[in-house]
Amino acid sequence: MEEVHALKKSSTTVQEPPGPVVHRPTPPPAWQPRTDPAPLLPDPEPYRVLGTEAVTDADPELLRRLYAELVRGRRFNAQATALTKQGRLAVYPSSTGQEACEVAAALVLQEQDWLFPSYRDTLAVVARGLDPVQALTLLRGDWHTGYDPREHRIAPLATPLATQLPHAVGLAHAARLKGDDVVALALVGDGGTSEGDFHEALNFAAVWKAPVVFFVQNNGFAISVPLAKQTAAPSLAHKAVGYGMPGRLVDGNDAPAVHAVLTEAVRRARSGGGPTLVEAVTYRIEAHTNADDATRYRGDGEVEAWRAHDPVRLLEHELTERGMLDGDGIRKAADDADAMAARLRDRMNAEPELDPMDLFAHVYAEQTAQLREQAAQLRAELDASDEPADAGQGEAR
Amino acid sequence: MTTVASRAPRTDLAAKPATMAQALRRAMRDAMADDPAVHILGEDVGTLGGVFRVTDGLAAEFGEDRCTDTPLAEAGILGTAVGMAMYGLRPVVEMQFDAFAYPAFEQLASHVAKMRNRTHGALPLPITIRVPYGGGIGGVEHHSDSSEAYYMATPGLHVVTPATVEDAYGMLRAAIASDDPVVFLEPKRLYWSKARWSPEAPVVVEPIGRAVVRRTGLSATLVTYGPSLTVCLEAAEAARAEGWDLEVVDLRSLVPFDDETVVASVRRTGRAVVVHESNGFGGPGGEIAARINERCFHHLEAPVLRVAGFDIPYPPPMLEQHHLPGVDRVLDAVARLQWEADS
Ligand SMILES: Cc1ncc(C[n+]2csc(CCOP(=O)(O)OP(=O)(O)O)c2C)c(N)n1
Repeated sequence: MEEVHALKKSSTTVQEPPGPVVHRPTPPPAWQPRTDPAPLLPDPEPYRVLGTEAVTDADPELLRRLYAELVRGRRFNAQATALTKQGRLAVYPSSTGQEACEVAAALVLQEQDWLFPSYRDTLAVVARGLDPVQALTLLRGDWHTGYDPREHRIAPLATPLATQLPHAVGLAHAARLKGDDVVALALVGDGGTSEGDFHEALNFAAVWKAPVVFFVQNNGFAISVPLAKQTAAPSLAHKAVGYGMPGRLVDGNDAPAVHAVLTEAVRRARSGGGPTLVEAVTYRIEAHTNADDATRYRGDGEVEAWRAHDPVRLLEHELTERGMLDGDGIRKAADDADAMAARLRDRMNAEPELDPMDLFAHVYAEQTAQLREQAAQLRAELDASDEPADAGQGEAR
Repeated sequence: MTTVASRAPRTDLAAKPATMAQALRRAMRDAMADDPAVHILGEDVGTLGGVFRVTDGLAAEFGEDRCTDTPLAEAGILGTAVGMAMYGLRPVVEMQFDAFAYPAFEQLASHVAKMRNRTHGALPLPITIRVPYGGGIGGVEHHSDSSEAYYMATPGLHVVTPATVEDAYGMLRAAIASDDPVVFLEPKRLYWSKARWSPEAPVVVEPIGRAVVRRTGLSATLVTYGPSLTVCLEAAEAARAEGWDLEVVDLRSLVPFDDETVVASVRRTGRAVVVHESNGFGGPGGEIAARINERCFHHLEAPVLRVAGFDIPYPPPMLEQHHLPGVDRVLDAVARLQWEADS
């Protein structure tokens, strides 16, 4: 009671406005209503090129390049999956069905730009020019990142969801501070958009006007969880509006459409216009990884319906219709892809060269005493096990 | 870890007594002036100068691109710092308080600590993560955690904590110059401790990674760091009355750990008490005691004892004096060492 009394008493010391309190029709001066949300909102329908008027504007060279990369990517996924069955890869998250997104992501970047992939984005990394074996070390298990990210301007394939997004923002921000013309393109799945890092990255990027493009491959599922259980937003692209950046929806199985939308977003970032969130609507045809049983959470009918929108067949159809591709061209693309797969198979069948002492080699710039000790211990163990098989059995030892 | 020649503080600050907070600020200022790659990042570090004013004036002097008020998001702060470091900058991030660094823990454990390793040495991350830590300032919940054990348990990080004004300057310069991530724990109750900086004597400190004997003695060794150093020095003074001559080792660095200095001291004295304010169970003291046992077993006259905070979530401020190890608890432990040795 006393507290209440005290509160009341102190409230009388607050200055009352002169005269009766009137309703103020205008908001307080600090309030700045935004009048232009519309340019940020995605169109209700995903952007398409194939089968529309837009296709006539597309560069034929680009279309053919996209086709060749799609075929290679499809074959790469099949080969990598086969390698898991032979125990050559510990695990492989296939991007079959999503090749258009992967390929477009790699092709829209310039040499100096950076790509920030997730664990599923091997194709994007390879399409950017990385040696496939180096791209697969993470999944083979011989080293986490089998390449020098600075050399290729490809960040390590990120396994924790969405954590690479703030990295992309920081890198792009740093490049801009240095006056360098660098755009970062960061890839993330639909499930990853629920992580806090996704929110923080988008927010930072928009506030800093960082030259970043966030590219969500909405493939319908986060392992077993469908999009409807992931978000209540009308689309993932809508999430952009709240951060003050444009959101764009694109048909993720339409390679030239993905290429066009990403190109525009990259151009915008490069010219100082800030970040864009692009959502590609696509579908994961295979299970989450070879270790997953997708029949537990989705029916064959759904998968079949999506197969009718296969990105490779869609583009193939368009190119054939327009006389840009014939049976020979299709066969040549398939042969090239087979040759790539055969090379990959051979190289992956060679045992990786491992040096156990690498365990200690890259923990700190300068070895600590503890690590030196532990390294010596391992060295001794290794030396002991290097002894000929019969050593140690004789009396002499 | 690399030694960095800490340079003399400039004359305006020299000669006058300086607080640890001022020394830290000065270290950042000098590092920024020396190397344009050094960037400060955090909540309220710009205009406000940090809630402890440790970054005071840096935004005004170097601009908002070098000392940046970020959105309120610790994972975002550390995550963007990772990207900045990948591009050649040397970010120094401020986590406002110990317990508010936890949202960034995933970035810390999954990326900051591992990037050099997973990229086979191609992407070292020279990031300094400043964390005001520990209790004793009457803070409310979530403002007094001692989180060092989490960081220590994460290979790939350096974990250091200064306990003197000189070290605050020298160690922060070294942390910023380090090519590896350093978790730089600032004992917030020592922020206002003072020392006189002489213009003639440049601030030369031991390189980080080395422990320092702050007081020599023969009866037993107190092994400590950060906020507990002053407690131990006081205890050592008080112990004189009992006829105990205590040596006090300030670890300064928890990772890497300076076994050499600790072992040399304990072998000399034959007795050791590890003192810290974070909880004892699963805390740094267990690791330190184990290391001493492994190396000094035949020199020990008594088991290595630990004086630590209780194994409880940090208590409310009105009770914290019961939780924090004070001079009496240290002296009690020392007494137990003597008794056990005699029996
Ligand atoms: C932080 C984090 N939590 C959980 C996981 C385990 N996990 C791996 S993939 C995955 C689903 C991701 O789905 P989505 O973001 O849609 O990407 P997709 O696999 O469909 O490409 C989960 C939960 C993880 N890798 N990281």
